[in-house]
Formats: sequence, structure tokens, C-alpha cells
Amino acid sequence: MPTPALAIRGLRKTYANGFEALRGIDLEVAEGEFFALLGPNGAGKSTTIGIICSLVYKTGGAVAVFGHDLDRELSAAKSCIGLVPQEFNFNQFEPTIEIVVNQAGYYGIPRDLAYQRAENYLRQLGLWEKRREMARELSGGMKRRLMIARALVHEPKLLILDEPTAGVDIEIRRSMWAFLRDINAQGITIILTTHYLEEAENLCRHIAIIDGGKIIENTRMQTLLGRLQTETFVLNLRRPLAQSPEISAYPIRRIDEYTLEVDVDREQGLNALFQQLSAQAIEIASLRNKANRLEELFLRLVDRQEHAL
Amino acid sequence: MNIRDHYIALQTILFKETLRFLRIWIQTLLPPAITTALYFIIFGQLIGAQLGPVDGVSYTQYIAPGLIMMAVITNAYSNVMSSFFSAKFQRHIEEMLVSPLPNAIIVLGFVGGGVMRGLAVGLVVTGISLFFADLHWQHPGLTLAVIVLTSVLFALAGLINGIFAKSFDDISLIPTFVLTPLTYLGGIFYSVKMLPPFWQTASLFNPILYMINAFRFGILGLSDIDIYLAFALILLFIVALFTYSLWLLYRGVGVRN
Repeated sequence: MPTPALAIRGLRKTYANGFEALRGIDLEVAEGEFFALLGPNGAGKSTTIGIICSLVYKTGGAVAVFGHDLDRELSAAKSCIGLVPQEFNFNQFEPTIEIVVNQAGYYGIPRDLAYQRAENYLRQLGLWEKRREMARELSGGMKRRLMIARALVHEPKLLILDEPTAGVDIEIRRSMWAFLRDINAQGITIILTTHYLEEAENLCRHIAIIDGGKIIENTRMQTLLGRLQTETFVLNLRRPLAQSPEISAYPIRRIDEYTLEVDVDREQGLNALFQQLSAQAIEIASLRNKANRLEELFLRLVDRQEHAL
Repeated sequence: MNIRDHYIALQTILFKETLRFLRIWIQTLLPPAITTALYFIIFGQLIGAQLGPVDGVSYTQYIAPGLIMMAVITNAYSNVMSSFFSAKFQRHIEEMLVSPLPNAIIVLGFVGGGVMRGLAVGLVVTGISLFFADLHWQHPGLTLAVIVLTSVLFALAGLINGIFAKSFDDISLIPTFVLTPLTYLGGIFYSVKMLPPFWQTASLFNPILYMINAFRFGILGLSDIDIYLAFALILLFIVALFTYSLWLLYRGVGVRN
């Protein structure tokens, strides 16, 4: 069996105040994977990432990065990891390029090579023109991209992104998605945590959901999405409608005179619905999913976990 | 990481730390120059002119080594303390903690930065001193060794303060209530032989007294204490504080959960 990029066994963490953040986590991330680690706030995502990156001491269990156990080969394990944390954690009073070059230096990369790599990543992430500006002068989106460049400068095999697009506008977010897809295609394993479930659905092939310090789901993205039995669609009408229509087999609700909402079982499909609407001279201008599919599943899983506790 | 990687990493921290205080030279290099000049004008020229020679040298000459040493101690200490606390406060200490840097390199890097500032300030203040006092370097090698070792010692102390500090109050407590009184009572402006017997003995518990006197010996050839004892104490403190800093980082005090 190939060595996994990340192998976690029975990971536990209890903080000094007695809070049990992780209650025995088992997780494996294959090399080359684009992996989503999702969970509500306080579920244990950042603690898990903190332990992997040795910013947080574990209470129990074992973590290995590309086969390097954190307890026995910490230095080798650290060399494999690049971290993009949730909060800005660079010196706001340093020039952008210096932040990236210095990070390379901490990994023993000579300064001239560090400058070459810094230029490469800053150009790819659209920050080259800002290289001499102090980090505090960058916009929020630029600061996020700076942290990605910094995390990549030592060319890690595993990139961990903790909410990398938080507060970033949609245009920049999509360009960041394209960049991340690209580096994943080049062989870098990526673990992503995000509150934008659309982001996880778009980017990731595998998903684990953590809640209350436990992994409550760990499967392929397509397998999880395949479990969605019912989807809710919003139908925008071309002409106003005075009352809710009678459509057999489809629970339908009138939201306002131009909008209907309908629940569709995945076995049913949409053809019969459209036939019935046409028969009643109801013309559809457009339709969309009411909620992101992954969002619906996520909420159900987390809700089920809360009831189980 | 191999030895070459460690060397590059150490060089990186040193370069970064040196650039940090040079970039803000108005806050780091200029104030000690002005303060020292004022000390020389007030204590050396105005008050000192009314006093007779101390141990065979003019009062201005007598206080010069102490003033240089005071500036070096204060700056080596505050550089590391403020830099490390700022790195914790802005969380960019995590840049080092996630990398494979050994704790010893982190300590040496920050301490090296403190020594660089201590020496840079020492150079500036010595330049100012030469305007006011005629200084003959009796033992140049010893003078340099004392100033480097004292910078190392106080940079380590500043690092430990920075590791423990949780707020801006914590970074001003030790300098205000411990470092400054010990420095002023360390024989900058007087010889301990001028004190009553009880205070002469009490002064011997002040480690800064040994450093100032060793430095004065290097420049003027005068000292109230045994030079070998001074060196032994400085080295002992360095070993103790270096070991303690490493232990604190190993335990993750103030930097890891």
C-alpha cells in the first residue's frame, strides 16, 4: 500500500481548562488527494490542523505525515507540510517579498533560490507588483494569497488550507480555486477546511466531517452527494400566479406571485413536473437549486450528531 | 535539516532581526545617542567638573564605560524582548514553529539580533563618548569580549521576558522595576568603594556591577572587582539562561497550546 500523505490514529486533545477538543480521531488522506475537512465552529478542525503542524500538543494518539511520525521524525514531517492558517500570522511591518523569502530561509533554502521561488509564487498569485509593499498595506484577499505563497515556498508535499478564502470576493476566490486545482494537479496533496460548502463541493474529491471532536463522516464527495434523496428547486415564473397550483406527486409551494418552490425526489426527475406545469399554462422562466447540495447534507449530518449527543 | 540548512536558517533570523532594528533606527539607535550625550553634558561636564578625579581619572572618563554598558544592556534586552513579544502578538512566531527549525536556532537567532543591536548602539554611544571623554583602550580584546558576552546575557534575559509576556504591561515590568534600578546601582556613576561597608557588600549581589567594572577595566584599567570572577559569572549566567530558554521553548511556554 502506498504511504498516505496523512495518517491520524486515535488523536485526542484535552486543553488545560479541561475542554476535550478531540475525542479519538482516525483519518487517512491519500497522496495527491484534494481533501475537505469540514465541521461547524468549535468542532475540532483547527485543533487537528494545529496538531498536524505542531502548533498544538496532542494529548494522545499518533500522527504521521508521508510516513514521518510526529513523535519520532518531527523535522522530516514538518518539511512536508505547508500551512495557510485561518488568521493572518505574518509580520504586518515587513515587505511582502521578505515574508516569503524569510520563510524559505527557515527551511534552509539559500537566499538566491528563495528569491526565485518567491517571484514565481508571487507572480502566479498576482502579488508580484506588491512585493515591496508592507504586508499591512495589502487588501484582505492579497493577504490570503500572500499566506499561500509563503506556504508553498519550500515546496511542500502536503498543503493545509484553513479557510483560505474567508472574506475574499468571488472573483478572487475563483482565481484561487483555479490556482489550487492547478497545484493539486501537479501532485501536491491538499487538505482544505472551509465554511463555503460550495467551495468544498467544487474542489474536493474526498470529504470528512468532524463534529464534537469526532469524525462523523469520511467518504468520497460523489458518494456523499449521491445520498441526497430530495432536492428543493426554486422556479421563477414568466407570468404572475394568483394561487399555488395542484401538481400531483410533487410537493409545491407558492412563495410569491412570481416564485414557486418544489421538492423533487431524485428518483422522480423533473420531466413530469414540467409537463404538469405546461398543462396548466404555467411558464417557467428559470430554475435553481434552493441550497447547495453539500450544504443540505452537511446540516443533516451535523444536526443528527447533535441529537445523538 | 542538516548543518548547512541550520546555518541558512540562523542567517535568515539574524538578517531579519538586524533589518528590523535598522529599519526603525529613529526608535532604536538615535535615542541612546541623545540620552548618553545628555548624561555627559549634565553629569560629566556640569556636575563632574565640580568633582575631583575618581581612581585617578576625571569623572567624565570614569562614567563613560558605565554609560556605554548601560546602553548596550538596555538595548540588547529590549530588542529581543519586544521582537519576540511582537512575533507572539502578531502570531508570526508560528512561521518558525511550523518549520523544521530546532529551538536552539530560534534562540540563537533572536539572541544574535539582540547582540547586533547591543553592539550597534554600543558603537554609536562610544562615538558620542569620544566627544566628551579621552578614552584609552587598555585591554581592547577584553573590552570586546565583555561587551559581546554581556549583550548575549541580556538578550537571553530579554528573550525569557518575551516568552513569558502576555501583555504590553508584562514587557515593561522587568525593565522598569528590575533592570533599570540594577543598572543605575551597578556602579555607573560611582565606585562601590565610596559606599558604606554594608552597601559595598550588598552591591556585590548585583550582577551588573561585575559587567560594568569588567568593561571599565578593559577601557581604563580600573575595577572594583575581580575580572576573572566577572567573566565566570557572566558565562555562568549565559549557560543558565540559554538552557532555561531552550527548556521553555521545548515546553511550548507562551507559544504552543
